[in-house]
Amino acid sequence: MNLGSLVIPVLLAGVAAYGLGKRVNVYAALTHGAEEGLSVLLRIIPALVGLLTAVSMFRASGAMEWLSGLFAPVLELLGIPPETAPLMLVRPVSGNGALAVASDLMAAHGPDSYVGRVAAVMLGSTETTFYTIAVYFGSAGITKTRHTIPAALAADLTGFAASALAVRLFFGGG
Amino acid sequence: MEMTWVWTGMVTLSLIFGLLSGNLDAVSAAALEGARSAIELSFSMAGVLCLWSGVMEIMNACGLSAGLARLFRPLLRRLLPEASRDPETLAEVSANVSANLLGLGNAATPLGIRAARRMARGCEGTASDELCLLVVLNTASIQLIPATIASVRVAAGCGTPFDILPAVWLASVLSVAAGLTAAWLLSQGRGRR
Repeated sequence: MNLGSLVIPVLLAGVAAYGLGKRVNVYAALTHGAEEGLSVLLRIIPALVGLLTAVSMFRASGAMEWLSGLFAPVLELLGIPPETAPLMLVRPVSGNGALAVASDLMAAHGPDSYVGRVAAVMLGSTETTFYTIAVYFGSAGITKTRHTIPAALAADLTGFAASALAVRLFFGGG
Repeated sequence: MEMTWVWTGMVTLSLIFGLLSGNLDAVSAAALEGARSAIELSFSMAGVLCLWSGVMEIMNACGLSAGLARLFRPLLRRLLPEASRDPETLAEVSANVSANLLGLGNAATPLGIRAARRMARGCEGTASDELCLLVVLNTASIQLIPATIASVRVAAGCGTPFDILPAVWLASVLSVAAGLTAAWLLSQGRGRR
């Protein structure tokens, strides 16, 4: 038996039992959350149709490879696989775009390949930076953002390099 | 509007590259295949995404987010000493951080915005050091269980979608640390001038 196989069943049973102990209507919460998940998904499907069409054309035309090649010298210096260049470019601007590019990378290289894993970790360790900054400062009425953008981009860049490093550390490869 | 530029740019570049390389047949087929695969991806993501959203909702109903908020309060008080003088701002920021940890983006953003509005009072459109810090914290990802990514991996045929969790946590911690350090260094540099 693989020890990792314990995680999901133990987490599901553990959360349910703990919730029951706290007198929470576990099943109602589960289905309510699932409903929420479905409505999130429904909201992103139209964007995914547009974005996966563009990403898929971009790959077939050879533009994806050209873009990766353009950034390859810098990325190799940082230990980041150049195939993820399009993902890093779109990540700070569009969450759905990043989802589409990452899904394309996983389909092209395999979800358990080095590139596929790095793409997943990048997606999980960074946010849609420019969107977040616009939403926060827009609603707070701030026009002078001072050092927010450089600091946020430093976090993103570190996240990207750290993703590749972490995948090499935990899975080897690269 | 940015996305209009990104989308138009990608589609136009694809046309130009397709014409130059003679790959236009493949580009044309890829456009239709991409649209089809978007629906396939959404369907294969749906089950896992709904399941984890449900589990997160149970954790939330058990008071886990309130507990996490309590846990992070002392740390946030040190990180944002001035904003923390107002107990309501501190409560909103802690709830914002705990909702982010649980991946409840829909809950996290309104909480964070309320805190940001309060912190922006009387500063005439210029972000204070602490407000910059709060926004940088929100542009970095601190999700404990990235359910969306797990569901994309499942959709791509992965049997162990959560095996990347330690790598995600490590990369997230390094990224947040870099963002906070950069924000602190930059605010110091400007203060001295």
